[in-house]
Amino acid sequence: MRNPLTWLRRNLVVIAGLGTLAYMILPNVVVTVFSFNNPTGRFNYAWQEFSLDAWKDPCGVADMCGSLSLSLQIALWSTLVATALGTAIAFALVRYRFRARGAVNSLIFLPMAMPEIVMAASLLALFLNMGIQLGFWTILIAHIMFCLSFVVAAVKARVLSMDPRLEEAARDLYAGPVQTFVRVTLPIAAPGIAAGALLSFALSFDDFIITNFNSGNTVTFPMFVWGSAQRGTPVQINVIGTAMFVIAVLVVLAGQMIGNRRKKAQPK
Amino acid sequence: MTATAAPPQAPAPTEPPVHKASLRKRLIPYWLLLPGILWLVVFFVLPMVYQASTSVQTGSLEEGFKVTWHFGTYWDAFTEYYPQFLRSLLYAGTATALCLLLGYPLAYLIAFKAGRWRNLLLVLVIAPFFTSFLIRTLAWKTILADGGPVVDVLNNVGFLDVTSWLGMTEGDRVLATPLAVVCGLTYNFLPFMILPLYSSLERIDTRLHEAAGDLYARPATVFRKVTFPLSMPGVVSGTLLTFIPASGDYVNAELLGSTDTRMIGNVIQSQYLRILDYPTAAALSFILMAIVLIMVTIYIRRAGTEDLV
Repeated sequence: MRNPLTWLRRNLVVIAGLGTLAYMILPNVVVTVFSFNNPTGRFNYAWQEFSLDAWKDPCGVADMCGSLSLSLQIALWSTLVATALGTAIAFALVRYRFRARGAVNSLIFLPMAMPEIVMAASLLALFLNMGIQLGFWTILIAHIMFCLSFVVAAVKARVLSMDPRLEEAARDLYAGPVQTFVRVTLPIAAPGIAAGALLSFALSFDDFIITNFNSGNTVTFPMFVWGSAQRGTPVQINVIGTAMFVIAVLVVLAGQMIGNRRKKAQPK
Repeated sequence: MTATAAPPQAPAPTEPPVHKASLRKRLIPYWLLLPGILWLVVFFVLPMVYQASTSVQTGSLEEGFKVTWHFGTYWDAFTEYYPQFLRSLLYAGTATALCLLLGYPLAYLIAFKAGRWRNLLLVLVIAPFFTSFLIRTLAWKTILADGGPVVDVLNNVGFLDVTSWLGMTEGDRVLATPLAVVCGLTYNFLPFMILPLYSSLERIDTRLHEAAGDLYARPATVFRKVTFPLSMPGVVSGTLLTFIPASGDYVNAELLGSTDTRMIGNVIQSQYLRILDYPTAAALSFILMAIVLIMVTIYIRRAGTEDLV
């Protein structure tokens, strides 16, 4: 008979890996379970009894859905701008040789190699010194700034792996520069651009540290959650958290399914 | 390049337009870079300059701050808050080590053993990115609650005795102790460790494992001599992506810790937003940046991988 110890040793990696996964998923499970709670005090930390109230009225808490829609707006705008600016930079870096290329590369890398709080504090120093009113615009400016580097990294990786001969072929077939870009270059770079956009949306939507420094009295969703940790956490926060997790899983799964189908459709 | 776009039978273009076109072509990368780089210069580089100037100002909120080149702020700030600096590096370092320890098996599992479950596992690793991390961090308050099942189990197996001896916990509670803060940090930054690890493991040709096996290497030796060295780029970028943000984080220390677990991020945050002592806050954040940049540079030198970015 097989020794259980041998079995354990054989599957150690699988067990340890699944253990880590459990550690990662556990808070999401707790968030979901506690979205059905009916807490007695101001805080939703201890289980009391099952209730669907929060799910029936997710916007029943003052200001929460307002902060949610504000976060969505900021995330959409910063994704749009950061993706456009970042894609342009990525193409310039991969496709052209020019002076100061090294300097540009370092400038892109630095925001990712710095504790977020340093950037948050320095932006606040700028806005304070310039006497700029903190609020929607300062948050947006900050988010575009830190999303930019991540978009560049994502798009660069994709463009680097592109075969430049495809574009040469398009040109040989008398496609103009614009036509080549729209019909050939852009579709091939699209997955990288999509990844960069998705990443910057998630980063912006969830950002707390930079927003905390540069929001003034404006309350985004993470700021709302932060405030509620002091004042009292409504169950609706868990409802939103659960919904976000489910939507994220569905979006990522759908994206992968589309990717797989594309791969299968391509002739070998 | 323009020649290929034109039909071959077209007459040869005259000299001047070609020259003009090539100049315009040479300017293309600069036009592509301009908006984004301008944004970074104005909202990343310039703020650093402003913060540098703030750090050498003196004055008060009522009378206003003036640049007096008072570098003493740096020394005062460092001597007053070095315990928080040390604590931040300790917590962030421990969390990074734990992330590597916990993240490696999962990355390995997804890369080599998951088969058709690979996509689902990846989704489960990425999905937390899209769920508010503050909500998930608050969930740890429930998980680690005093007298809760998790703490009970840890207590019964004697785990808390060990951590108490290490100074990581006090008595039979976990919340508001260093252990809770490190647990939160580890949890929050795990995806940043797993994804780079996975992408470098995935690139390894599994035939190398077979070859090592054919040469009578035991599984442990294969891992030590083949898999791990080849995954070094992932290990390096994973540790950086974990350590750098963790060293400046103040959310976990605030939500899961107590006043005894304050990290340097908590100090900077309260100096900037509550006490409004801008020079000290600016000096502290520059010291943090310097420490992190120096440590990262040394680490990259020692780890010696080129393909980082």
